[in-house]
Amino acid sequence: MKRFSFLELAKNAFNAHQNWGRQWRAPEPKAEYDIVIVGAGGHGLATAYYLAKEHGMKNIAVIEKGWLGGGNTGRNTTIVRSNYLWEESAALYNHAVNLWQGLSTDLNYNVMYSARGVMMLAHTVHDIQVFKRHIHANRLAGVQNEWLSPEAAKDYCPPLNIEKNIRYPVMGAALQRVGGTARHDAVAWGYARAADDMGVDIIQNCAVTGIRRGIDGAVEGVETAKGFIKAKKVGVVAAGHTSVLMDMVGVRMPLESNPLQALVSEPVKPAFPCVVMSNTIHAYISQSDKGELVIGAGTDQFVSYSQTGGIHITTHTIDAICELFPMFRRMRMLRNWGGIVDNTPDRSPIIGKTPVPGLFVNCGWGTGGFKATPGSGHVFAHTIAKDEPHPINAPFTLDRFRTGRLIDEAAAAAVAH
Amino acid sequence: MSQSFRTEAGGRIDRDRKVTFSFDGDQLEGYEGDTLASALLANGIHMVGRSFKYHRPRGILTSGSEEPNALVGVYRQGDQTPNLRATQVELYEGLKAISQNRFPSLGFDVGAVNDFLSPLFPAGFYYKTFMWPRSFWDRVYEPIIRAAAGLGKPPKNADHDRYANLYAHCDVLVVGSGPAGLAAALAAAETGARVILCDEQAELGGSLLSETAATIDGKTPVDWVEDAIRTLQAMDNVTLLPRTTAFGYFAQNFVALAERITDHVSEPDPNLPRERLWQLRAKEVVIAAGSIERPMVFPENDRPGIMNAEAGRTYLNRYGVKVGHKALVATACDTAWQAAFDLADAGVEIAAIADLRENPPEALQSIAQARGIRVETACVVTGTTGRKRIDKALLGRVSASGSVASAGDLACDSLLMSGGWTPTVSLYSQSRGKVMWDEAAGAFLPGQHVQNERSAGSSRGLYGLNDVLADGYAAGEEAAKAATGKSAKVTYAVASGAEAGSGGTLGALPDDRDASRVKAFVDYQNDVTAKDVKLAVREGMHSIEHIKRYTTTGMATDQGRLSNMNALAIASKALDKPLTDVGLTTFRQPFTPTTFGTFATSSRGDFFDPVRKTPSHQWATDSDAAFEDVGQWKRAWYFPKAGEDIHAAVARECEVVRNKLGLFDASTLGKIEVVGPDAAEFLERMYTNPWKKLGVGRCRYGLMLNEAGFIIDDGVVGRIAEDRFHVTTTTGGAPSVFATMEDYLQTEWPDLDVWITSTTEQYAVAAVQGPLAREAIAPFVQGIDLSPDAFPHMSVATGTFCGVPCRLFRISFTGEVGFEINVPRRHGEMVWKTLEHEVAKLGGCTYGTETMHVLRAEKGYIIVGQETDGTVTPDDAGMTWAIGKKKHDFVGKRGLQRPDLVADNRKQLVGLLTTDPKVVLEEGAQITESANPAVGTPADGHVTSSYHSPAMGRSIALALVKNGRALEGKTLHVPMPDGSIPVTVTGPVFFDPKGDRLNG
Amino acid sequence: MLLIHCPYCGVERPETEFACRGEAHIIRPADPSTQTDEQWAEFLYLRENPKGLYAERWRHIHGCGRFFNAVRETVSDKFVKVYKAGEPKPDLEALAKEMSA
Repeated sequence: MKRFSFLELAKNAFNAHQNWGRQWRAPEPKAEYDIVIVGAGGHGLATAYYLAKEHGMKNIAVIEKGWLGGGNTGRNTTIVRSNYLWEESAALYNHAVNLWQGLSTDLNYNVMYSARGVMMLAHTVHDIQVFKRHIHANRLAGVQNEWLSPEAAKDYCPPLNIEKNIRYPVMGAALQRVGGTARHDAVAWGYARAADDMGVDIIQNCAVTGIRRGIDGAVEGVETAKGFIKAKKVGVVAAGHTSVLMDMVGVRMPLESNPLQALVSEPVKPAFPCVVMSNTIHAYISQSDKGELVIGAGTDQFVSYSQTGGIHITTHTIDAICELFPMFRRMRMLRNWGGIVDNTPDRSPIIGKTPVPGLFVNCGWGTGGFKATPGSGHVFAHTIAKDEPHPINAPFTLDRFRTGRLIDEAAAAAVAH
Repeated sequence: MSQSFRTEAGGRIDRDRKVTFSFDGDQLEGYEGDTLASALLANGIHMVGRSFKYHRPRGILTSGSEEPNALVGVYRQGDQTPNLRATQVELYEGLKAISQNRFPSLGFDVGAVNDFLSPLFPAGFYYKTFMWPRSFWDRVYEPIIRAAAGLGKPPKNADHDRYANLYAHCDVLVVGSGPAGLAAALAAAETGARVILCDEQAELGGSLLSETAATIDGKTPVDWVEDAIRTLQAMDNVTLLPRTTAFGYFAQNFVALAERITDHVSEPDPNLPRERLWQLRAKEVVIAAGSIERPMVFPENDRPGIMNAEAGRTYLNRYGVKVGHKALVATACDTAWQAAFDLADAGVEIAAIADLRENPPEALQSIAQARGIRVETACVVTGTTGRKRIDKALLGRVSASGSVASAGDLACDSLLMSGGWTPTVSLYSQSRGKVMWDEAAGAFLPGQHVQNERSAGSSRGLYGLNDVLADGYAAGEEAAKAATGKSAKVTYAVASGAEAGSGGTLGALPDDRDASRVKAFVDYQNDVTAKDVKLAVREGMHSIEHIKRYTTTGMATDQGRLSNMNALAIASKALDKPLTDVGLTTFRQPFTPTTFGTFATSSRGDFFDPVRKTPSHQWATDSDAAFEDVGQWKRAWYFPKAGEDIHAAVARECEVVRNKLGLFDASTLGKIEVVGPDAAEFLERMYTNPWKKLGVGRCRYGLMLNEAGFIIDDGVVGRIAEDRFHVTTTTGGAPSVFATMEDYLQTEWPDLDVWITSTTEQYAVAAVQGPLAREAIAPFVQGIDLSPDAFPHMSVATGTFCGVPCRLFRISFTGEVGFEINVPRRHGEMVWKTLEHEVAKLGGCTYGTETMHVLRAEKGYIIVGQETDGTVTPDDAGMTWAIGKKKHDFVGKRGLQRPDLVADNRKQLVGLLTTDPKVVLEEGAQITESANPAVGTPADGHVTSSYHSPAMGRSIALALVKNGRALEGKTLHVPMPDGSIPVTVTGPVFFDPKGDRLNG
Repeated sequence: MLLIHCPYCGVERPETEFACRGEAHIIRPADPSTQTDEQWAEFLYLRENPKGLYAERWRHIHGCGRFFNAVRETVSDKFVKVYKAGEPKPDLEALAKEMSA
């Protein structure tokens, strides 16, 4: 693999960039792999990367129905933060935040991790109580999070309207300075390039049509559009399509797939320095390096694989954005799109073994999967390689829905984002 | 010289009405009917902006909404709108427009250095560098990139304008008012169907407004358009919407339109909204969105003065503007020849027509010959020169093998190009239809219908005016029939002239230049060149989605309408794969950028979310109460007297209630009337508590769980009659509790004979609490014996209060003697004022939610959502007493038996007392065993409520603590940033633990 | 915004009048105390979540208030059938065949 650097870029400028090689190959599948990962989104590619890098596994394939990074990885609002309430969640997401810090260097691919701060707005007395609980819990867990007065929030984000006469005035904010955004496509591409370099086969445009089990019930491999591929272990990392894949082995999941919308404005010069989220009035906004305001909208209320949603969902979000940032009313929406998010009942992911020996699943990230990408891949790789969970993902079992040991971020924060 | 490029006559502009406007501070003139683009061109101004990445000078490329270059900021009355297309901005007196993405000026832009450094900035360069040193990304690289990127300047001030919303239905929506759209609207309207015809342009007529080389029913196209519009205007069943973009096609023929109402007016009527959102349910949709001309991809194809051929023709015929004195026409298809002829006839010198094809139609060649126009065949433009405007074009001859030899150069001040036409399939694609490649048309065309729509005219690849008209009529007729079942004898107009042309090219043209040194732009706005697309392919980006995201081609504000096909063809060639195997990206809504305000409409301020107010709201406002938002409710938080802060006010209110009495508005609590022979059985199943033996006239606290076993709501339930219960819920939980009850009743237990009705808005509720409560209400109560024996704690009775019907509860959320007076809502204010007067007379006061919270915490009463968070069981909350032990089943009972809910070490509700009574813990603070917990130590619990308690003369707190009840008397720690606070675990009831005061 | 036919009111109304209440035909066991933890978890949480036809519950919450069931195709979001609460679950496989025919 040719290393990326400014020097390399400059050298290539002299030959019109004719000598750059492929960032990843387009291999035909081999008959057999030690591990097959189903789904070449950020989480799946990261899993393959860490399997190869940290567990010395070489014979790995990542199989993707469409093109790599084409699902939720390339459709989200790119927010990264780890100030979750429960220790289990904070540990998981903070593991990811720690990996984000060095990810560009690690992958030799600039994923543009921008620690510009994520500010979550409190609009009610109840919000204040909830956020302060988060801040205290996070401090104990070693996760950065701090309380800001409305004035301090405005200092941090000058466009913010902190007037008392709006419908839900800002009463303060929780700020995680180390939170921010990253360039979503680059994350998928960076992992793909680095994994490919270590011999991982990334097989695109190859839908998995079945998961084959042996007489003993254990996984034997996957049926695909390009034929049967034998595998000792299979990891399903298919986000919104997890239920469909798990149904192939008769495993029902505690998941519902809903359309989640996002939108961008036309690009403008820098107007918005950080990420602002308001769970109470449903506004999530930042500005991309290109200049677009990137805005997260809500989910439709029904199960759907359509990757589009209703206009009332979008409208509701823009209402909230215009209320908090009234100067943006004259901005214009450039593009509105949808992804399919897989929601669990407690809004926390499932990362671990399944009732089928050799079959592993990593799903249920709901609206918040992008931020966890490196951490998720890292602990899932550990789980697959060692046949047992990493301590960080040990609580995120499928079995918790039987025992009742939920990690309920939904109940804790009304909405988990 | 003013408007020196204006023709003597012709066009749709009003030459009697001069309009003055400014561009970058220069005062200029145009005419009413001009767009900013046509007016600038009339003044000889082509260069209007700088490109996104390389800051190259850019001119007006098109005459429509797909314009990628001519993006300007428009300023009016303190409002500023970035990125408006000059081709769509209508000229009005005093219009002030500013060019974008340049510093310090359009003519001299320091960013232009990027163009010289461009070898360093190929597609995706930023993924390959800026990684070292690590900390420089946030502090150095990213700020530079951000400042350089972006187009216009963002608005700084709150928008002054209003926006409106309208829901509408129609039988047939026709999108686009060119020949196909007008014909469709005429045909559909004749059947009597309700028709809406919308068009994004200021004037209806589409391409007919610039068509001079044809007749329709013997009339000029423009006359025919005017007649057609008069016909449609006269029909009651037709709504015409110019300046209206159908921007979104949603499920089930739901189409969103954005109508622009005042932006084109010099002095807008302040009563009018700026824009209006139409949310339209159309039975049938006719998409007559037309097609757009493709630019040609040749080196330096982006200089000002270079524009699409049809745009040049439109500026001439529709706006009376010549795009230059000497134009070169470069084309691969027939239509551009007509542009050359029209311009020549208007006196523009045509340097040549350079056609890529070896044998353009003879007929065209002979017309050119007749006009003395030089024709070059098998000829391509291989480059251009000129700093801020094209001054010369290099030509090349294409051999049969495809190689190119120089064919000299030509001086020109404008270059009109046409690579052929791309049908506009965006709306069809949004309707979730899949486009199909049509080899004959050389384009992607609409395929199967997914919704009730049909495309007509050139949006489905039909050209030639007569065919397009006929297709439009047929589409309108069919759509009306499908929508209404009705048909009519439709009169078809017939056109002659403007025949369907042939030709067209996709992708980069061949040239004889050094590929590494030239830029041939594919996506103008995002500065994506043919080289960039090839580089992406070289680097393994083989899906069109990867190519798009890696190079950003097609991600500009035109969503790739101009660039997609060329990019796809270049990629297809680089990949050596058929075009159709590379894929096409999906078109997303909105069709063109749509104002946020148009979505938000009137939903601002108090209209953002309805405000729910209690009967005492006005009184409380007049009394300077502080309010808090609880759900949609505004609740009085506390009632400060002069000089009091929240602490002082709450302390005073608490003491007054405990010593005398207080008045509280409890109207926000949810209320549900549960009635019927099986009412008790129903409650038996919904709540943990037993209800069957509750006597009429008695109340009981009810606890509600979800099926998982966790507390979700609570409230007092009174038995009004054998078959009638008055249920109360939390304020926030009211809608969901009611919905849950309905759910069980309708779907699980339809056999139960029970009706439930939400009565939250039915009753106003005043709570009078305190030792003197009885004294305060007694004078107004009739029909109820208030003596403690007759009406003990947890009683309910019906009578009158101040002469109005009343349900009187004797209940307490303070630990004092308490009454809650439920009266019909319309009497609420009267009752409140009467009571307030009486309470004040007895030395009492009104109190708000904060005092209510303190008083209940002193008694250890939980608040659902504060002591609980969806993970708390009745046992955790110390409320197993609320579970009916003999009940075989209730909602949540099975859930409670799950392993983790019966495990040891669950967090339990306890009281906490700080060692220092003055220290009030922070709510949400964590609790640990150790005074100095290491980072990562799991917390043993957290503080749920914490207050200064005037009754106890110290601070108190409630908390959920692991195994808390077993730790009573033990010392734990609350770690804070500046050190731990030691606390002693106690029971959760601090005040009057025996409850003597309740029964007074 | 979907357009939904309420089988009780007999009219089509926009989605904002309705609340979706998840998968249909999940029946609360008559005697929950006999359920194992696995069975209870299944009742509480496990859902079909199919890509294709799905029987789900809707409530005409801002209309008649009634719960009813609907079969909807989860890729196109098209409603295939609406029916009253208590009516049997349609044969989804047969419906799918009918649609593709």
